[in-house]
Amino acid sequence: MTNLLEVRNLTRSFGGLIAVNDVSFSLRGGRITALIGPNGAGKTTCFNLVAGALRTTSGQVFFEGRAIENRRPEDVCRMGIARTFQIVRPMRDMTVLENAMVGAFSWTTSVNDARDIAYDSLESVGLANKAHAKTDQLTLPDRKMLETAKALSTRPKLLLLDEVMAGLRPTEAAGVVRVLQKLTENGLTILLVEHVMRIVMEVASTVVVLHHGAKIAEGSPADVVADSKVLESYLGAGFHA
Amino acid sequence: MLSLWLNVLASGVLLGLVYGLVALGLTIIFGVMRVVNFAHGEMVVFGVYIGYWSVRLWDVPIIVAAAIAAVVMFVFGYLLETLIVKRFVNRPHHYQFIVFIGLALLFSGFLLVAFGPDPRPTASQLSFHTVSIGLLKLDLARLQAAATAGLLIILLGAYLKYSAFGRSLRAAANNRLGGLVVGLNIPQIYAVTFGIGTGCAGVAGALISPLFDAQPYLAVDFTLLAFVTVIVGGLGSFSGALLGGLTIGVAEAVAALMFAPSMKTALPYALLIIILIFRPRGFFGAKEI
Amino acid sequence: MPKKFNEATDQKRWIAGAGVFVILALVGFLSNSYVISLMTIVLLFTFMGQSWNLMLGIGGQLSIGHSLFVGLGAYSVAVLNIKYGISPWIGLVVGLTIAGFVGALLAWLSFRFEVRGIYFALLTIAAAEFARIMFSGWEFVGGMQGMFFQAPTGKTDILMLRGDARFYYFVALGVAAIGVLGTELISRSYLGYVWRAMRDDDEAARALGVRTFRHKIIVISISAGSAAVGGGILALVQGSIFPDSIMGMGISVDVLIGPVVGGLGTAFGPFVGSLAAIPLNHTMSAIGDSLGIPGLNNIAYGIILILVVWVLPDGIWPAIVRLYRSIPPLPRLKISQPRKVEE
Repeated sequence: MTNLLEVRNLTRSFGGLIAVNDVSFSLRGGRITALIGPNGAGKTTCFNLVAGALRTTSGQVFFEGRAIENRRPEDVCRMGIARTFQIVRPMRDMTVLENAMVGAFSWTTSVNDARDIAYDSLESVGLANKAHAKTDQLTLPDRKMLETAKALSTRPKLLLLDEVMAGLRPTEAAGVVRVLQKLTENGLTILLVEHVMRIVMEVASTVVVLHHGAKIAEGSPADVVADSKVLESYLGAGFHA
Repeated sequence: MLSLWLNVLASGVLLGLVYGLVALGLTIIFGVMRVVNFAHGEMVVFGVYIGYWSVRLWDVPIIVAAAIAAVVMFVFGYLLETLIVKRFVNRPHHYQFIVFIGLALLFSGFLLVAFGPDPRPTASQLSFHTVSIGLLKLDLARLQAAATAGLLIILLGAYLKYSAFGRSLRAAANNRLGGLVVGLNIPQIYAVTFGIGTGCAGVAGALISPLFDAQPYLAVDFTLLAFVTVIVGGLGSFSGALLGGLTIGVAEAVAALMFAPSMKTALPYALLIIILIFRPRGFFGAKEI
Repeated sequence: MPKKFNEATDQKRWIAGAGVFVILALVGFLSNSYVISLMTIVLLFTFMGQSWNLMLGIGGQLSIGHSLFVGLGAYSVAVLNIKYGISPWIGLVVGLTIAGFVGALLAWLSFRFEVRGIYFALLTIAAAEFARIMFSGWEFVGGMQGMFFQAPTGKTDILMLRGDARFYYFVALGVAAIGVLGTELISRSYLGYVWRAMRDDDEAARALGVRTFRHKIIVISISAGSAAVGGGILALVQGSIFPDSIMGMGISVDVLIGPVVGGLGTAFGPFVGSLAAIPLNHTMSAIGDSLGIPGLNNIAYGIILILVVWVLPDGIWPAIVRLYRSIPPLPRLKISQPRKVEE
């Protein structure tokens, strides 16, 4: 079965700095994969390369078998990949519902249809009761879920979540975990960048570890956590499992 | 024929140096504060009027008028920044633009009310004197303006590069937050920067008062000319302002010779459109706006 | 949960809008010629202000060179009518098309090459000034001497869009109403949502599938075309056009002052703003003329622009709305309802 997403030898350098170094991995549909690594490992850059927000220096990205590297972000989105941003970017002056509607317009030009799609997205993330609130009235977890809802309105096949748990308290994070699990039950594939290891262990079926832009490990959470290279990257040399 | 071209080019270069000074003021303000001073032309015209009145009231040489303009316009710019501009530095760009358009209207309105719309020629002591160098016959007033402008540009450049304050100015331009962290007095720096910018404009205005009759309507042309110059040279670049000034000065002179004199203002705009489209950062400008 | 949350407020707005329209129509029938001429200009700049408003308030693109489009519209109508006797209706369509095309071209060129923000605004000024200078030197359109329409006969000729001041007032009113309606409809349509998203955060909008490049061209093109229509009618109202006036920076400022003062991005803002600014301008000009001091109107414009951006950056109209909403509801007078019989 073809992998939903396949990243091959992806490389991106900024002048002398190689941010993403010959990274390859693939995602199967319907699962949650986590992309982890210390700060500066190149995780968000990877996202940006896959989503078309950044041009590759070399390498390829295949989505459903088609090459999509270096396409425009809006085209990548319309092909079925949606992404959130690390720093949440709600549209000011628009209500929660209106924010969620924007993505739906990639599918329809009818305002009513978009509204329906937006309500569905908000319901999936548990924000339906705040549909008419202004975005500046939202708490941080709500804003993160709004980012997710906005992305969901584009009816993606693959969702790229960039540090959606950052700054959340354990109970809030648990709520998000439930949302993500339900989404995958409905067939969505998720690639998430995450720092909180506990969440990664709980939620991901595969983990890809980056360090200094290169992939140093890939496998189930249990395998990866025991991998000495991974431990070294996070904790420094000389630390053993 | 050659002599005509040489003279035209020479006068273009001379005026270009003055344009460079005007552009320098604008680019320093932008480089440090990221603010687009759409009232810059009005500052130049204030300088022209200072030139006119200094000569008329006290019969001083243009150099003295320029010195007066420098002081007056520096203080004016400093106060303007502290009282008004400072409140808009962090607003979105289109608000800034509109505020400056408002200021420009205010200033040109003031000039109209105070001095009336009629052009006022400044009779400098050097007017009508020319100096001959080979094939070139140069207007002495223009030569003086260019030489003074050139000298000021060099002095300002040296100051910015080597003085303590100059370094803090460049630091603030580079990284505002970082500057605050290391203890730079950013509000003070901004005020002084703005003052320097308007001071440059004022001096340039005083220097060219023998060449251009003082009138309020000159302001818009100067603002746009300053922008064309700065963009051609590169927004925020010192050498860009100078190079841009020379380019525009020569381009204008050539256009006046090759096409109708009325077209001479059209060429800079055409140049601006082309530059904005193909190389918006100009010769030396920064990549980011 | 009501799907249309704003239904109640919606109705109020439509009623208010209709009310204002009726009042303005009455003004047209009852007022003297001075008020009519002034209000005609106010309404025309409301319309042109709306077009500018569309571009910035909703689309997020700043233009300080709208006089380019206004002038193209004016000259299209003038040239076709004065030189060839063609009806201004055709002239308006031609002007709309030309300006729309020029706007699209400017947009395409700039965004293709990543010219954004202030640079784009400067590009619009440069384009407008360049056009002004070109038209000043173009004999075919009269150069600096401008063009003059035939003196009005006072008879109303709808086919040729000629008539007296009152006629033009209603033309302007009609056009302004279309402008307000159009803005409102666009605002509620999918274009409104997508454009506002584009305005607030271009990158985020693209990540949601919005083809911002295409949409910027569309919004600028529509804005340009409408401004041209306004310019064409302005030409007819004024009876003559000169490149310095119809394509100069002054017109660009007159176009933007309404929306900025009244309220960016709102449907009523440009009207409120023009109503405040233009009569002020005329009064100051008149005072200046009578005192022999030109320039008072510039000072007035400058002051209100600065004050509005400083104190009421959203504009006068949203401030009025906020004030209105903060007034506690008055106790209802139960005149028509029978008293409840206490059991």
